[in-house]
Amino acid sequence: MSLSAQIVIQRGPLHVDVSFEVQQGEVLAILGPNGAGKSTLLRILAGLTRPQSGRIVLDGQLLDDPTAGVRVPPHRRPIGMVFQDHLLFPHLSTVDNVAFGLRARGQSREAARRVAAEWVARMNLSDHGSAKPRSLSGGQAQRIALARALAGKPRLLLLDEPLSALDARTKLDVRADLRHHLADYAGATVLVTHDPIDAMALADRLVVVERGRVVQVGTPVEVSRRPRTDYVARLVGLSLLSGTADGRSVVLDSGAAVQVAEARTGPVFVAIRPTAVGLYRSRPDGSPRNVWPATVAGVTPYGETLRVDLHGKVPLTADVSPEAAAELDLVLGAGVWASVKASEAAAYPA
Amino acid sequence: MPSPSGVSAPVSVKQRQPQPDGATGIPAVLMIPAVLAVGFLVLPLTALLIRAPWSSLGSLLSTPEVRDALRLSVVSASLATLISLIVGVPLAWVLARSQIRGRGVLRALVTVPLVLPPVVGGVALLLALGRRGVLGAPLYDATGVSFPFTTTAVVLAETFVAMPFLIISVEGALRAADRRYEDAAATLGASRATTFRRVTLPLVAPGVAAGAVLCWARALGEFGATITFAGNFPGTTRTMTLQVYLALETDPDAAIALSLVLLAVSIFTLALLRDRWLMRT
Repeated sequence: MSLSAQIVIQRGPLHVDVSFEVQQGEVLAILGPNGAGKSTLLRILAGLTRPQSGRIVLDGQLLDDPTAGVRVPPHRRPIGMVFQDHLLFPHLSTVDNVAFGLRARGQSREAARRVAAEWVARMNLSDHGSAKPRSLSGGQAQRIALARALAGKPRLLLLDEPLSALDARTKLDVRADLRHHLADYAGATVLVTHDPIDAMALADRLVVVERGRVVQVGTPVEVSRRPRTDYVARLVGLSLLSGTADGRSVVLDSGAAVQVAEARTGPVFVAIRPTAVGLYRSRPDGSPRNVWPATVAGVTPYGETLRVDLHGKVPLTADVSPEAAAELDLVLGAGVWASVKASEAAAYPA
Repeated sequence: MPSPSGVSAPVSVKQRQPQPDGATGIPAVLMIPAVLAVGFLVLPLTALLIRAPWSSLGSLLSTPEVRDALRLSVVSASLATLISLIVGVPLAWVLARSQIRGRGVLRALVTVPLVLPPVVGGVALLLALGRRGVLGAPLYDATGVSFPFTTTAVVLAETFVAMPFLIISVEGALRAADRRYEDAAATLGASRATTFRRVTLPLVAPGVAAGAVLCWARALGEFGATITFAGNFPGTTRTMTLQVYLALETDPDAAIALSLVLLAVSIFTLALLRDRWLMRT
């Protein structure tokens, strides 16, 4: 085991109480809405903020334990951190920024600059070695910030929303770069983000935090297939229903019944993809057993389709083509019938 | 004036407001006192320039007395600035960053010399460091060292009066600096001392420089505390300002010439500070 953290802290009205572990070489993403306390968690791991209680152990070394009076200051922790807006020192050149940590940890100026120059080369930015940070683009600056954090060979790498200050195209490039460098990195990584795509693309495992609590833990595939809260479901683009299963039939809290793919018993979640929902002006005949009346609560463009929010006893989201939408006359408040094949309704224990 | 790219020049073009009240847009009730104020501030300086003995300026400023006073002023003001930097910057950091109790009281105490009449400062220094002073007496008894009426006293008096300017300036710069750079330095293994030296100080360097210039200018112009604590001895404590005051009685032309030098230094100081003070919109 590499990092084991149990963190309790009060931030204004928000009570944060979160535990997680990260293995060596593993990338853990802490995913959650803004104001969920994610960045506070990273600052505590870095030693920049003191937890109220809890325990942080990295490779067997106790870093924080307020009840035992243990607190290793940030500069004595074997960590590297990348901040949202890079925070490269404006008065130092690119190479000197990367060399800063090596110098601070006791290497000679020449040795530090040599290693730093190698890192700058690895980021394909050798041409900018003597440039000041203000002359770098956002993507270049963030790559140098990553090099600066990694150059000291930290045992724990902390990434605080590393891509969210970048424009859409740069973000793709830097994300690919980051993925590449994280694959080479032997230590534990904790990534904090509110962007599910960043989390899914970069992390081996996700911890979803809402209002200071862990609401779901799992691999990106598990979390995206089986969301456990509305927030996660919305992030991964699924409709989430909850109810009680008896075999292949689930009775929702609203009283409606849904036929699902696999037999379950007891409290379950049912997840339905928007593309699996069919819409009709009148009640369809024949095969689908899951047919419910609904009203249109919103229509928004989504890629090449339209995403339709439906209210009713079974609240769903449906993706329809613009042609189908015109044919169905999907105006706000219109009544429609929604159908879902039982094989498309995934039920899993709540 | 549109530049070739079609983008207007960033600074030189001023946005003009609509002008409802005559050509200037300034109401008469404000205009008249404002003109009076400008006249009052500018007229004396103009008089100095008008009455200046331009032709004999060179000979007036090259007498041994004047050169001694000039050298003493520059050396003592520079030493006062150096001392202020060495102890004032750390104090500014304490005021801006530490969590110690009574920080507000400490800041108030530090600011007192800014508003205190310099003569009172001189008297206070005499009572503390004079031969019979609170600290001065035991020092004199133990070592035979006595400050008053020495060049050291000039430096001490100037430091007492000028250091608060540096402290206030540096404290402001520290408060305005982005502290997250210090967080970043800490995650890179830099202790607080290393962070201060390699990150904080370079970030606030413009504020430190401005504070040092201001401190030096104030020290150069110091009169009241100096004459009270250090006296008026040619070569050891008679600075430029003291020389001006004395010359006014005996040789007014020399006083004007010396005043011109000090005026030139003041304008030069303003020029150094112009980006921080005069360009404020």
